[in-house]
Amino acid sequence: MKARIGVLALQGGVSEHVDMLNSLGCTTVEVRLPEHLADINGLVIPGGESTALIKLLLRWNLVSPIRELAGTGIPIWGTCAGSILLSDEISEKDHIIDQPSLELVPVRAERNSFGRQVASFQEDLVIKGLDQPFPGVFIRAPLLYPLSNRVEVLCTVEEGAVFLKCENIWLSSFHPELTDDTRIHRMFIEEAVIGS
Amino acid sequence: MSFIRDDGTWKVKTGHASMLKGGVIMDVINAEQAIIAQEAGAVAVMALERVPADIRTQGGVARMSDPDMIKGIQEAVTIPVMAKCRIGHFVEAQVLQSMEIDFIDESEVLTPADESNHVNKWDFKVPFVCGATVLEEALRRIAEGAAMIRTKGEAGTGNVVEAVRHARSVLGEIRRLQSTPYEELMSRAKVMGAPYELVKYVHENGKLPVVNFAAGGIATPSDAALMMQLGLDGVFVGSGIFKSGNPAQRAKAIVEAVSQFNDPDVIARVSTGLGEAMVGINISTIPENERMADRGW
Repeated sequence: MKARIGVLALQGGVSEHVDMLNSLGCTTVEVRLPEHLADINGLVIPGGESTALIKLLLRWNLVSPIRELAGTGIPIWGTCAGSILLSDEISEKDHIIDQPSLELVPVRAERNSFGRQVASFQEDLVIKGLDQPFPGVFIRAPLLYPLSNRVEVLCTVEEGAVFLKCENIWLSSFHPELTDDTRIHRMFIEEAVIGS
Repeated sequence: MSFIRDDGTWKVKTGHASMLKGGVIMDVINAEQAIIAQEAGAVAVMALERVPADIRTQGGVARMSDPDMIKGIQEAVTIPVMAKCRIGHFVEAQVLQSMEIDFIDESEVLTPADESNHVNKWDFKVPFVCGATVLEEALRRIAEGAAMIRTKGEAGTGNVVEAVRHARSVLGEIRRLQSTPYEELMSRAKVMGAPYELVKYVHENGKLPVVNFAAGGIATPSDAALMMQLGLDGVFVGSGIFKSGNPAQRAKAIVEAVSQFNDPDVIARVSTGLGEAMVGINISTIPENERMADRGW
């Protein structure tokens, strides 16, 4: 099967995901409107600004179609802002904030967990399922706190998860698409998209 | 097992710029405006004391904003906050970094502090964005450490013509370099006054090694979509929003137009009923010594 992957293209690091998925032999579709979700085998929600992205998702009527897509078992992977948008709860420091989201995974995403841009960093990560460390790129990154034991945590930094999956929903708070390392993209395609 | 953590790297600087792509960055002068911008869907705000249109009419020396005002904006919003320092004023840049500003714009909109030298941006952990009118200028700024480039346009005019000129110039020159044979790249680099390694990068990749935004004179949703269709990665809007009749609605319309920049039906819809745009200025009526795009080199 040749995977056909949608990349939400309303704002953010879209071309990096598209390039990496294409390099792995996938067909990619830039998703700007609900009709672009037809016939895809997987969806990537890239990094960007989560507050801007949720407004655009609502404005272009993409929230319900993406939720329905998830309900049919299509795998969805959110990186950084994408992981925030998919989480059930969003917090800033310790308090829950009233920001709408796609609410597709029982996780609390704590925005800007490490602080402002000066605290953005690179650090190698030990990830369950990968033999060698993975180059983590964290940009104003969130930390992810599971709210259910259905969530499988694949990597943690400090107190929080930075890579996890829950059934067909995958979240990473770092940016594999900004590196030359294709292992996590390959893992998503092989395990979630083709394996499902 | 734990690994070394590196901050302020080229990767996290340029990566932050990449996450702003397809977005609109708005000039704001206080917390209220910053909240309006965030509500409209801005991906970042640029904190400054006076928008370029006012700098232009009021004159005087334009400097880095009052830290107190920047702090107020940082506390009011959760999106990234950018701020401007004067060209070559590395102490203003140090102050902005100490305030943990998310991005520093070394900007020709402020009065230059050094007529020969820009800030050595490699000294900083905070990423910089710099203006450019032509490709060689963009490459010089990148060589100095800029992690993001924008067209200079002509700020504070509400006239998109200079932004278009600079975008066409930079993108056209990239296309020409792509088709230049390898053996001519060194002499091109010499003529351009740009580092050979970056000239070679553009030849091989057909793009800048950093994100390239539009700025300087964008006032309408169509202006913003025009810059996107020309091939830029996102848009800065300065005076165009808060010098217009209905800032909140115009800000939202520009964000929406940029997110669907290839769809004229959407742009028509969001452009409807916006009220008055800012009054524009024809570039030819601005005396040459008052043109901001000529500052820096």
